[in-house]
Amino acid sequence: MWEFVSERWQDIAYRAFQHTSLVVQALVLATVIAIAVALLVTRVKALEPVANAISAIGLTIPSFALLGLLLPLVGIGTLPSVLLVTFYATLPILRNAVVGLMGVSPLLMESAQGMGMSAFGRFLRVQLPLAWPVIMAGLRTSAQMSMGVAAIAAYALGPGLGQYIFTGLTQIGGQNAVPYAVVGTVGIIILALLLDAILLLVSRLTTSKGIRA
Amino acid sequence: MSTASTEAAEPRDARDTGEARSADRSVSGAEIVFDDVTKTYPGQTAPAVDSLSLTIPAGQVVMFVGPSGCGKTTSLKMINRLHEPTSGTITIDGEDIRSKDETELRRHIGYVIQGGSLFPHMSVRDNIALVPRLLGWDKKRVASRVDELLDLVGLSPERYRDRYPRELSGGQQQRVGVARGLAADPPVLLMDEPFGAVDPITRQRLQDELMSIQEELQKTIVCVTHDIDEAIKLGDRILILQEGANIAQYDTPANILAAPANSFVEDFVGSDSSLKQLALMRVSELDLHDAVTARVGDDGAEAARAARSARQGGVIVLDDKRRPAAWVGLREAERVGTLRASSRDLEVVDHRATLNDALDSMLAASHGGVLVTGRRDEFLGVLEFDTVTEHIQTLTREARTGESDEYAITPSEDELQDSSVEDDTGSGSKHGSEDDADPSRGEQA
Repeated sequence: MWEFVSERWQDIAYRAFQHTSLVVQALVLATVIAIAVALLVTRVKALEPVANAISAIGLTIPSFALLGLLLPLVGIGTLPSVLLVTFYATLPILRNAVVGLMGVSPLLMESAQGMGMSAFGRFLRVQLPLAWPVIMAGLRTSAQMSMGVAAIAAYALGPGLGQYIFTGLTQIGGQNAVPYAVVGTVGIIILALLLDAILLLVSRLTTSKGIRA
Repeated sequence: MSTASTEAAEPRDARDTGEARSADRSVSGAEIVFDDVTKTYPGQTAPAVDSLSLTIPAGQVVMFVGPSGCGKTTSLKMINRLHEPTSGTITIDGEDIRSKDETELRRHIGYVIQGGSLFPHMSVRDNIALVPRLLGWDKKRVASRVDELLDLVGLSPERYRDRYPRELSGGQQQRVGVARGLAADPPVLLMDEPFGAVDPITRQRLQDELMSIQEELQKTIVCVTHDIDEAIKLGDRILILQEGANIAQYDTPANILAAPANSFVEDFVGSDSSLKQLALMRVSELDLHDAVTARVGDDGAEAARAARSARQGGVIVLDDKRRPAAWVGLREAERVGTLRASSRDLEVVDHRATLNDALDSMLAASHGGVLVTGRRDEFLGVLEFDTVTEHIQTLTREARTGESDEYAITPSEDELQDSSVEDDTGSGSKHGSEDDADPSRGEQA
């Protein structure tokens, strides 16, 4: 096993980087989408059950199946991988963003309005910062999940450590089948833990001291 | 903390009284006029505010009181356009509030709501600096304004400016809320149940502080409360509203207490209204008795002799900053030899305290009077029980004779009869006196 890793060290590192890069980019995209949708939901109250239903149902769609559906539409490679990961990453963030934004006291929002803050200012400087810890919690859940989903993307020849897992599975019984699968899986777990630690740090740094738990 | 605020917010001569208000002080407030203002919420047939006409004089504190659902908060929020009137106009300083952009308007109106409603993610400094920054003040001006305001509300800037709201007590949060409302030096300050969320003792202190701040600043303050005692204490005049924001009475607290316009006001004010007048009067309005004073360390026998020749029953011992340190009887003074500071808490009230508070202290003290202190807790004199009772009798007589008030709106009993009893059900009732009683028109005529 040790030999397996040391022989392919560079390749593993490169794939790990790709894997993380895919997840992080998808997360950024997902966060923006989720907050935008959540903002819409908080303004148009009728949309709230719709958004909740989408987040709940969306998470029940098997990622493998969704990828299968995407392939005929966008082909193979990086694009379907990004779409797939972003889709799943959006859902937990959306759910938390709706809860977080809605949870900001209407009294505070009215206070902000009464002081002469514009609608955009109220969102950016009062509502979003107050909802931020909840949104970040969603982001962390989302990051964990995305690490796993990104592995599936390898099926569409997407980048990342997923390739190792698939290689291992196709060579089952072969000499390197187990090392491939183990390196892929353990690698993803390590990456997920690292990313979670980083996000925890980011969450602390970007959350006001006044509302930090 | 209250000491700090006394020092910071006390520019006046200690003997100066509330009666002289607005005569010798520059008024920074602006007049607010409601002209036939009606507000009907969508989906409701009965208007929440039904043709309200009212003049709020510049530099005065006007309290909106009434049962819940009477439209007092709606009326308040129409001033800064959080609610838009369905019809009618509101002017501030003669200018229609709809002639300005609403965010611009609001930046020039202070807004303080229950609990202070501080933004928990912003430091005390950022909370207070919010409106000045929106107005584009430069950094230096904002920073000095923040410190100035913290001083004004009795919080040390060094200690508190970098704290977050959750690191403050309820009373401190409310103080910061007031400071935030005053940040851009607005002529008008709107307060919605500002002291509803704090305990009674803190509330009393905050009310005292607000009054001393107002003595200095002379803003136009409109304050909604459901607490008639708070209204009597803080208000230069009180607007008592019935359902649909119909005016039951609009007058000075003294006149409302002495001559309630109708049974609704009577019920609302309560039966012990002569006692409530105590909350209207300040210790500083009364004559204080001079007392024989001595310094800590003086000879007791000598002080007792001086007191005896001045026909006084006791000696007040002051410390080196002229703060009361002890109040000793003559025999005790002779016995102890050298006068020392008392280990017990003295019954001392601030000259701005209400007679209510002063009487409380008298009951607790054994002297039939209470020590009054002024600026920086310096001793001013002794307030005696007899002085208080005499004063109450005089004021009651004066109020009964009914001084006329140019802004007062007092509908007669029969005009209000249909709505005065069932204030929660008689939603359709409407009294027709506002047009005749519209003070602004009356003045122009």
